[in-house]
Amino acid sequence: MIPPAFDYVRPRTVEEAVRALADGGEDAKVLAGGQSLLPLMRLRMAFPQLLVDTGRIPGLRGSRMEGDTLVVGAMTTHHDVLRDALVRRHAGLLAAATATVADPAVRHRGTLGGSLAHADPAADLPAVVLALEGELVAVGPRGRRAIPARDFFTDYLETALAPDELLVEVRLPSTDGWGFHYEKFQRVAQAYAIVGVAALVRRDNGSIAEARVGLTNMGSTPLRAPTAEEALAGAGDAAAVKRAAGEAAEGTRPSRDTSASPEYRAHLARVLTGRAVLAAAGMG
Amino acid sequence: MTRISVKVDGTTYEDEVEPRLLLVHYLRDRLGLTGTPVGCDTSNCGACTVDLDGESVKSCSVLAVQADGCAVTTVQGLSTDGEWTGLQRAFHERHALQCGYCTPGMLMAARDLLKENPRPTADEVRHALEGNLCRCTGYQNIVRAVLAAASDEEVRA
Ligand SMILES: Cc1cc2nc3c(=O)[nH]c(=O)nc-3n(C[C@H](O)[C@H](O)[C@H](O)COP(=O)(O)OP(=O)(O)OC[C@H]3O[C@@H](n4cnc5c(N)ncnc54)[C@H](O)[C@@H]3O)c2cc1C
Ligand code: FES
Ligand code: FES
Repeated sequence: MIPPAFDYVRPRTVEEAVRALADGGEDAKVLAGGQSLLPLMRLRMAFPQLLVDTGRIPGLRGSRMEGDTLVVGAMTTHHDVLRDALVRRHAGLLAAATATVADPAVRHRGTLGGSLAHADPAADLPAVVLALEGELVAVGPRGRRAIPARDFFTDYLETALAPDELLVEVRLPSTDGWGFHYEKFQRVAQAYAIVGVAALVRRDNGSIAEARVGLTNMGSTPLRAPTAEEALAGAGDAAAVKRAAGEAAEGTRPSRDTSASPEYRAHLARVLTGRAVLAAAGMG
Repeated sequence: MTRISVKVDGTTYEDEVEPRLLLVHYLRDRLGLTGTPVGCDTSNCGACTVDLDGESVKSCSVLAVQADGCAVTTVQGLSTDGEWTGLQRAFHERHALQCGYCTPGMLMAARDLLKENPRPTADEVRHALEGNLCRCTGYQNIVRAVLAAASDEEVRA
């Protein structure tokens, strides 16, 4: 189908983009890779009056280190994230999860920032950035601010970003040396996760010193699994990991849809957490 | 209306377009390049895949205005002087199509794979074609054709 009509601007700088967003008000939207927004517009499920195309603003792509923090530009495509040596070293979990996103053609256009700003709880990268304890940096008319990932995802497709704020970068404390794994359960290839689990594990003397678990599609926002994380600390063998993973659905309120019931999703969260943590810990 | 300049299959076009015009509709309806079909409304099928500045994209999920200043290669720009590429020949010889509706997208996605990975395994071919649906062949001959093309020196040349 053909999208509804809209005005289009292609700013050259972050400042120009923010001004265009502020002038456009509630009806203006950022167009990043367009891989979520354009399909929604084609289905006439989104009706922005103005698209602010951020695709040609220099400086919003690629990565760099600032001390122990990996900084990834919001407009970095999934394809580029996968090939980024700094990402692979300092945020291996992000690369692993990005490899499961969509298909090569979509990954050539879709961006890290777009995926986070879209905030679909079924998307893979929000739970990953939550587990990596990242910060999202936004620029708006009132200046620049950093929003911790735990405060960023506020509800289904809702974030802490104001309509006139542009997400410019994602800051991820290095997890070089941590074990990681993203376990995605999907009905067919090239599909969103029914449930996904992002696991990060720091080991000490063969047992788990610290574990972080991020959950995809277990509620209206991406979630952590704090009860399971606590239970995982100190786990020294596969049996202990599986026992702790049994707590992974605690406190979650997964949805019901044509793929799964809430009970089935809770079951998946427990099983997949076991698999993800074992793989991350190298105990699988 | 927005003014764009796009190079498609080697020819540069200057046009005034509505921002909402999708790249696939620009190719088909404005330029008459109907070799690139539309197969779905959900960005899932990959039939519309083209090369945009060296990368495969779904042309139903890109605006024509986003292609301003870029080079597009469609399935119609693959052959030179009527001479098929090795990949096209392999599709023909290995019966990698039945109705042919998915074929332009399959060719463009497979070409993208072979550029990055000239010697893929069958598994890598299947992953690379994950975003391209075929309702006829069962994929087996498509995978065979891509593997055959990869072992043919001429394709990579
Ligand atoms: C066939 C298909 C399969 C897919 N499969 C998966 C999958 O398995 N897993 C998965 O996680 N995703 C999947 N996706 C979604 C894909 O990852 C998108 O790339 C991503 O969700 C959106 O990124 P984008 O850059 O394309 O954003 P856009 O579509 O351009 O924008 C999405 C939303 O975010 C806003 N936005 C974008 N960038 C910014 C910014 N910098 N600042 C403020 N707001 C911004 C836009 O205004 C819009 O509301 C799939 C998409 C398709 C088409
Ligand atoms: S027509 Fe573009 S993906 Fe189906
Ligand atoms: S040959 Fe008919 S869809 Fe692929």
